[in-house]
Amino acid sequence: MSARQATPSTDDITTIIAPLTDLEGPLLPMLHALQDQYGLIPDTAVPVLAETLNIGRAEVHGVISFYHDFRTNPVGRHVIKICRSEACQAVDGGALGKRVLDLLGLDWGGTTANGAVTVEPVYCLGMCACAPALMVDKTVHGRVDEAKIETILQEVGA
Amino acid sequence: MKIYVPCDSAAKALGADAVAAEIQAQAAARGIDITLVRNGTRGMIWLEPLVEVEGPNGRIAYGPMTPADVPHLFGDETECDTYLGLTDDLDWMRRQTRLTFARCGAIDPLSMDDYRAHGGFNGLERALGMGAEAIVDEVKQSGLRGRGGAGFPTGIKWDTVRLAHAPKKYIVCNADEGDSGTFADRMIMEGDPFSLIEGMIIAGLGVGADKGYVYLRSEYPDAIATMTRAVELARAAGVLGASVLGQGPAFDIEIRTGAGAYVCGEETSLLNSLEGRRGIVRAKPPLPALEGFLGRPTVVNNVISLATVPVIFEKGAAHYADFGLGRSRGTMPIQIAGNVARGGLFETAFGMPLGDLVNDIGGGTASGRPVKAVQVGGPLGAYMAPDKFDTPFGYEEFDAKDALIGHAGVVVFDEGADMLGLARFAMEFCAVESCGKCTPCRIGAVRGVETIDRIAAGDASAVPLLRDLCDTMKDGSLCALGGFTPFPVMSALNAFPEEFAAQTQEAAE
Ligand SMILES: Cc1cc2nc3c(=O)[nH]c(=O)nc-3n(C[C@H](O)[C@H](O)[C@H](O)COP(=O)(O)O)c2cc1C
Ligand code: SF4
Ligand code: FES
Repeated sequence: MSARQATPSTDDITTIIAPLTDLEGPLLPMLHALQDQYGLIPDTAVPVLAETLNIGRAEVHGVISFYHDFRTNPVGRHVIKICRSEACQAVDGGALGKRVLDLLGLDWGGTTANGAVTVEPVYCLGMCACAPALMVDKTVHGRVDEAKIETILQEVGA
Repeated sequence: MKIYVPCDSAAKALGADAVAAEIQAQAAARGIDITLVRNGTRGMIWLEPLVEVEGPNGRIAYGPMTPADVPHLFGDETECDTYLGLTDDLDWMRRQTRLTFARCGAIDPLSMDDYRAHGGFNGLERALGMGAEAIVDEVKQSGLRGRGGAGFPTGIKWDTVRLAHAPKKYIVCNADEGDSGTFADRMIMEGDPFSLIEGMIIAGLGVGADKGYVYLRSEYPDAIATMTRAVELARAAGVLGASVLGQGPAFDIEIRTGAGAYVCGEETSLLNSLEGRRGIVRAKPPLPALEGFLGRPTVVNNVISLATVPVIFEKGAAHYADFGLGRSRGTMPIQIAGNVARGGLFETAFGMPLGDLVNDIGGGTASGRPVKAVQVGGPLGAYMAPDKFDTPFGYEEFDAKDALIGHAGVVVFDEGADMLGLARFAMEFCAVESCGKCTPCRIGAVRGVETIDRIAAGDASAVPLLRDLCDTMKDGSLCALGGFTPFPVMSALNAFPEEFAAQTQEAAE
């Protein structure tokens, strides 16, 4: 976690984005690479991206803020994304989301006090035929019930 | 002994990895030599994890499997309650016409030998012997229409790009699949990725493009991994690269990851995103076919549109066009989801009545309660009550009922569904995902949520307001996010007016 919250230097940022400069439309791949490394888009990356791509800092900020995926605030060690979309709602996915939030005492986007887990909404995980669904980091779970929730929360240390 | 356990993410979400591990362990303990293949899914998601064992007469299916069921695979096959019989004899399989999904679930997704053994690259080989114009004509004759939602004829789109003069052209595959109730793109990318690659190459040959992009949503990490690997393998085998299959011109593909914006499924928003900008929708004209990615002529097609191209070339346009109804030619992979007994992907010729899909194929609700409504075509699609279940599955047929088939997701709801709540959700979703370019969408959706809350609180005068607001959104929105959100809202209101009025009475009492 400490590595993830560190403030990377211009050199650190450059090392990550340099291999991507030759892509056509490199900004999203660069932002993904930075977030994969640091868990968020570090503030210090904005001027480096702007200069590398020859665009304004405001434009870089604009892109970061447009997309739900990119974060500028730290999150927990694990992120649970709970599907809120219709197919999941059809099998009580709404209650499932509420149950997880209640168990952890969080609102959407909140992080547990021990820093273990952040809970976010997501709109469809392609698990609509085995709903309700949620994703823990990059692992998807289908037909999630009370028992599965308990196991998952235990595993992430919430 | 050859055993198949799907690596599809829905199968994994239901425990396929644990079943696979147990199979390895049990086989080792018994000293039995096995080959474990991680295939795609057959689409019978309600039976996942569905394990298949190769037998003398074909593959025998077992499902849904848990690790505790694994010993049965090594014993007397008929003496366990997960035994289903020959996969090919299962009702769900027999009743389909699998053209696009013929290989999905049958093969190891990343084995190029498997792919070739099941007809892979036959279509491309044929296309390599045709001229660009003949390729585009073949697609026109197949009657293929865009499977991403709008249903625009694919061949006509290709022809516009083919005839455009430019130093560089692009093929962009729309793999943003954001519609709730849909997973066909994910399934084919995880289960038969080379078919998409082959389709993109044929598109490149047809229009004169040498570069393709797949814009793949970040919510699909497994599909991203499989597609990335498949592209690497195709490059290593000379399928992609300086000369396609060593005979054709150059073509290469890059996989790009989306960033969690539903609107980026809209083609111009997608192109902005691919260029590294905010995913704001562009006004048309110019058409992406003339000024698309980086201002160059660009084919933007859905995954299923492109992955269907190989079979059209393998079997011929006429074979494909022979299936279907009216102007909806060929087959559609219909995704049955939500509160349904048998959820999964069912590929069939256009024309099957909606009610047959829901009740006969899907088996009605999972809860066993009566079906109240289904939403077809994702979050921008209408809610259809059982009185519309005789509607044949086709573009024009649904249009005539103020509905749309979209990407062919069918989400089933039982009688417990809260239609006012679902209408509110449609507005809320539009507000969350709006790109912000037009006021009726950006502000209207927020007003829509407030107006529905007023109705819920008992204010009957808000119902006409909601209707007006929907009209404004329909007429004043640049793209279908703002323009079609009124479909689910109005269909819920029109089909279930009492749920919007009953609230009024309760509050008044
Ligand atoms: C808000 C919105 C979201 C869309 N999402 C998708 C999507 O996820 N996948 C897709 O293929 N098309 C989507 N479309 C349709 C595309 O704009 C476009 O019509 C399609 O990619 C063209 O390919 P096709 O002709 O093969 O269908 C969306 C449209 C809108 C307005
Ligand atoms: S309708 Fe909504 S999403 Fe579409 S362009 Fe307008 S503001 Fe953007
Ligand atoms: S609607 Fe929840 S996974 Fe698709």
